[in-house]
Amino acid sequence: MAEAATVARRPRRRGRARRAPSRYVLRAIVAAYLLLLVAWPVSLVAKNAFADGLTDLRAILEDPDVMHALGLTVRVAVVAVVVNTVFGVGMSILLVRYEFPGKRLLSALVDLPLSVSPIVVGLALVLVYGGRDGWFGPALEDAGFQVIFATPGIVLATVFVALPLVIREVVPVLEEVGVEQEQAAHSLGAGALATFRRITLPTIRWAVVYGVVLSLARSLGEFGAVKVVSGNVLGQTRTATLVVEEKYLNFDKGGAYATAFLLALVSVACITVVSIIRPRTSEETTP
Amino acid sequence: MSIEITGIGKRFGDFVALDDVSVRIPTGQLTALLGPSGGGKSTLLRIIAGLEHADEGTVEIDGVDATHVRPQRRDVGFVFQHYAAFKHLSVYRNVAFGLEIRKRSKAEVRERVTELLELVHLEQFADRLPSQLSGGQRQRMALARALAVEPKVLLLDEPFGALDAKVRRELRDWLRRLHDEVRVTTVFVTHDQEEALEVADEIVVINDGRIEQVGTPDDLYDRPANDFVMRFLGPVTRLGPDLVRPHDLELHPGEVDGAVAGEVSRVVRVGFEVRVEVTAADQVVLVTLTRTQFLALGVDVGSPVWVSPAAGAPTVAAVGPAPGDRSLVPG
Amino acid sequence: MTATTVARGRSVRSRRPARAGGLTLASGLGLGVAMLWFSLLVLLPLAAVVATATEGGWDAFWRAVSSEQTAAAIRLTVGTAVLVTAVNVVMGTLIAWVLVRDDFVGKRALEVLIDIPFALPTIVAGLVLLSLYGPGSPLGVDVANTRGAVFLAFLFVTLPFVVRTVQPVLAELDREVEEAAASLGAGRFTIFRRITLPALAPAIAAGAALSFARAVSEYGSLVLLSGNLPLETEVTSVRILSSIENDNLAGAAAVATVLLAISLAVIVAIDVLQRRVTRRG
Repeated sequence: MAEAATVARRPRRRGRARRAPSRYVLRAIVAAYLLLLVAWPVSLVAKNAFADGLTDLRAILEDPDVMHALGLTVRVAVVAVVVNTVFGVGMSILLVRYEFPGKRLLSALVDLPLSVSPIVVGLALVLVYGGRDGWFGPALEDAGFQVIFATPGIVLATVFVALPLVIREVVPVLEEVGVEQEQAAHSLGAGALATFRRITLPTIRWAVVYGVVLSLARSLGEFGAVKVVSGNVLGQTRTATLVVEEKYLNFDKGGAYATAFLLALVSVACITVVSIIRPRTSEETTP
Repeated sequence: MSIEITGIGKRFGDFVALDDVSVRIPTGQLTALLGPSGGGKSTLLRIIAGLEHADEGTVEIDGVDATHVRPQRRDVGFVFQHYAAFKHLSVYRNVAFGLEIRKRSKAEVRERVTELLELVHLEQFADRLPSQLSGGQRQRMALARALAVEPKVLLLDEPFGALDAKVRRELRDWLRRLHDEVRVTTVFVTHDQEEALEVADEIVVINDGRIEQVGTPDDLYDRPANDFVMRFLGPVTRLGPDLVRPHDLELHPGEVDGAVAGEVSRVVRVGFEVRVEVTAADQVVLVTLTRTQFLALGVDVGSPVWVSPAAGAPTVAAVGPAPGDRSLVPG
Repeated sequence: MTATTVARGRSVRSRRPARAGGLTLASGLGLGVAMLWFSLLVLLPLAAVVATATEGGWDAFWRAVSSEQTAAAIRLTVGTAVLVTAVNVVMGTLIAWVLVRDDFVGKRALEVLIDIPFALPTIVAGLVLLSLYGPGSPLGVDVANTRGAVFLAFLFVTLPFVVRTVQPVLAELDREVEEAAASLGAGRFTIFRRITLPALAPAIAAGAALSFARAVSEYGSLVLLSGNLPLETEVTSVRILSSIENDNLAGAAAVATVLLAISLAVIVAIDVLQRRVTRRG
């Protein structure tokens, strides 16, 4: 008696008939392109990181400055992800389920951080929150709250660059699912909070997960914006990405590759995790 | 638990969905909002439920002005065309939802949900997910869910629209029996006149945002108020300036007082029914007879015949399409 | 939604128009708080950039932007970005085609590979490219400190964009239209040219816009790879950074405004294209 979901899915026709040679040619071109551009170079980072066995890796893990940088990076990333998830989910619901003037403009602006140069991001934050000439900076610093050249600035920069990621995952799901389940919940007496908790949140659960993982990868890897706002103070505001740059420029190639390897490992792990748990598009049903 | 709708108006941009609609829906009855797609009936239903806001007018439920009351507070059960099942919850949890929101005790919830699942014959599916049910089963679950909180009014928005013909007919019948048992004031929206005629105690015909007629199925069929209602509820054909039902026309082989002269131009036999097309002056008139009646006449294509409406047959002044219009099906 | 639905993830097919309601008190407050946060974090700072850039009037702005070094940097950045975008349009569509229309062992791995440039820290990307295309490369190729490095870096970081905008649209295309064309005598390439490509055009354009904006903004991967040689391999974002480090915030803001104008143009373009995609759908 079980039936598929109400939306009729076109039967997938597997065209096994024509195995034209062009198919293999295309595959080869794509494979070669991705190999030369991505696969090989990335694997070389791993190779170079372990060129001297585990020495380089051990060296950076025992370096207190590097460990501090790693710790700072993780702390900042976690805060940024939490902030962006709360903001992202709230914003997604507002953009999909409500009408208000300027909605379309806001929706476009939300995507802005993705196409803004990280250096510009850093500059923008300095202009507003910089301690010397910023719009709010001096006032904040007088109140004892330093933003630029301190951790809060790094957090702001990281939140900025990863802002759209959760929203871009959640919005399509909210639109696809439609508002009926929520209306049904209302008609059964559920208030806004109960509906959100019991119906909306479970529906967007996986989209939020994907968004979180992608935000995490992005937040851990931010470089340009952080470079501008952090002042790169050794032992205090240096993040992992800044460590990579510094080590390379100081001819500690081994250290640079080892740190880069750690960062690459985490990003690749993030995408792999998302790729594994995300169902294939053709069989996808709303969770 | 009657519903009183007064002067409701609703616009979507430039499109007028409802225009000064007023109607009274009596307690305990099964009322159909019938009309063509886009005519405004779903909009009216949603305004009653509180899922849409009217631009003007009032809605009174059980004597209380509910126009600005949120859907949560209206105590109205709503069943959607596409079920709106809570996909991540089991059938049991779906039906229990309204009760859990109202913080009823676990025992009470269990008792009520079991009672309802038995009522809709879904007891053995209690732990399944909606995606594991057929369309008809999902809709029965949706009904159970809406009834669980004992609403004052039950509203159904084209409840069988997404189901195939056979299931639709079964559920239609089932809904009527359910209503007889539960006796909740029920309003359902449909564009299928057969469904409305079969199931409803009273029908409200809505077209283009306005009410065309309100009455029992018999009222509407036998005494249609205008051209639209007559066309929508059954087959019509045009005789002179009037619309009349093809099966209400009589064919005479010889001249009869007051009958229109014509010639048989086509004969189609469908089972026990014979559809005769008669060309009379500038019109083509459709006459439906039983096989027996037709054979008794002894006419065939080309024979001269005279057509007149049977005594007491409902007719309505035709509006719209020119002579030559021989609408076989309503709408 | 704009780029949100075009760029990442699935295309949106709702059965009926989404019924959005008006703001309630709670959601109005929520919107207010969100807007406050968004303004403090994004809008105000970006406005500050534009404001600072125009502080000294049009002359100062023009001077900052047209200095020899800066003009060269902008030319290099935009020129290379255009080139890279052209390559991406072709390769991106090709990759999307193979991912959607073909099936083979290891396809999942390709999907991960495509997303790597999106998730990888840019400084690491620079190191990554350096290992294969810099001194000591196993391929014997060394583009470090040349314009080729800029091209390569841009190519790397913009890889996912066209692929990811085209993929969902391609997956949702009605195969029956192509079959009808075939039954009327159209060859495979003709079908692609006359039926598939026009349908993909808005998605490709949106991806191209994103790719261009991303390339123009790139910084991290070039730090180690291009040497940032003035007039040679220096890109716009590097110029902005030097201005900042030289405490010339107004000059930095001026050049930054140029980049922002490009970002804005991209966003508008994507919004327009997004409407095309949904209207056709």
